[in-house]
Amino acid sequence: MIPAAFAYFRPTNVKEALTLLDQYKDEAKLLAGGHSLIPLMKLRLAQPRYVIDLGRVRELEYIRESGDQVLIGAMTRHVAVETSDLLRQRCPLLAETASVIGDAQVRNMGTIGGSLAHADPAADYPAAILALDAEMRAVSSQGERWIRAEDFFVDMLTTALQPGELLVEIKVPALPPRTGTAYVKVAQKASGFALCGVAVVLTMDQQGVCQHAAVGITGVAPKAYRARAVEQALRGQKLDASVMAAASAKAAEGIDPLEDLHASAEYRAHLARVFCRRALEQAHARI
Amino acid sequence: MTRTTIEVTINGMRYRHEVEPRLLLVHYIRDVVGLTGTHIGCETSLCGACTVLLNGAAVKSCTLFAVQADGAEITTIEGLGEAGQLHPIQEGFWMKHGLQCGYCTPGMILAAYQLLQRYPDPTEAQIRHGIEGNLCRCTGYQHIIEAIRYAAEKLRSQKV
Repeated sequence: MIPAAFAYFRPTNVKEALTLLDQYKDEAKLLAGGHSLIPLMKLRLAQPRYVIDLGRVRELEYIRESGDQVLIGAMTRHVAVETSDLLRQRCPLLAETASVIGDAQVRNMGTIGGSLAHADPAADYPAAILALDAEMRAVSSQGERWIRAEDFFVDMLTTALQPGELLVEIKVPALPPRTGTAYVKVAQKASGFALCGVAVVLTMDQQGVCQHAAVGITGVAPKAYRARAVEQALRGQKLDASVMAAASAKAAEGIDPLEDLHASAEYRAHLARVFCRRALEQAHARI
Repeated sequence: MTRTTIEVTINGMRYRHEVEPRLLLVHYIRDVVGLTGTHIGCETSLCGACTVLLNGAAVKSCTLFAVQADGAEITTIEGLGEAGQLHPIQEGFWMKHGLQCGYCTPGMILAAYQLLQRYPDPTEAQIRHGIEGNLCRCTGYQHIIEAIRYAAEKLRSQKV
């Protein structure tokens, strides 16, 4: 499996990368960790004439606190997200999600920005990114803009990023008190991709009533989605096993599940309901 | 197509070659440098047979262009030990029957190497999680886990 030939560029900062993007436009592909793009190039499903390798753009590798947010550079490797003390304390959902992506080798190379920009329907991050109401910062030679999680994922392998735009930063909220989170997945055995992955954020008030519930589900539909019906069934309720089970039954409501040789549509919908319940129970137990 | 000059250090030796940007790291290591201990298994980033250490981190060399490794330090299976003086992980695979056909073994050993650096005294769950990216079709993994345990003990006793 040999990729088609291409011309290779290795900018060392965002400005150089944007200049190259402007020059080669949609004939160019950005290479981050390469664990989505290179497999596609080997199958020649992607045959970019120009490859812009972001591997040396060190300014995009960071995890830092800013007020009640945590900012993550787009070139931050999964292993850095997984092992970040800051994220484990302030936003454990993202660290937990990163810890079950692919395998150790994949996590050493893959980047959060590369994964999000690729928007694989079975990637893990989108579930957490949606449940956290994260925001993505995109820059181009024209300026910059923030894109909300729900606007970011447009369709299978399609994001709101425009040609000429580069995803540079992900912003996640530091979680408030009395909040529990969990990411639970069932992986396809060989690839580690999610047949179903559910990310949950639950915040309770002092009386033990659910104030905020956010549920992001990946692997089930052509793009990751928020399970609004589940969230609605939880908000304002005292949560016990039966309330969470009843809410989870709505996890695939209004969804047209994917179907492939690994799982039928019915099975994926079933997984969404079962893993939603497990994720809710786990998040609730962690409050 | 234009070629790019890269410089890498593999097992302590420096190499400098002109390569096509599309050349995969595993093909560079095997066909250009001539170190054939690194195996090509699935070519789809799943099986881990091609695992090498890139600046100390285990990576799948079939899913990396050689140009991305420009300037890097790489360790392949040839860099760990040698005949008569095996690395403790290699010795563990030998002593505990951690291999049968041996095809997955170089990648498995390098994945284990990183695992033991991160967890010098790993639990069974940590070992299983650490070698998730490496497939073995012969052993059923049980002996591999015992081999890694053996190596962990030996490495710890050497440090004392």
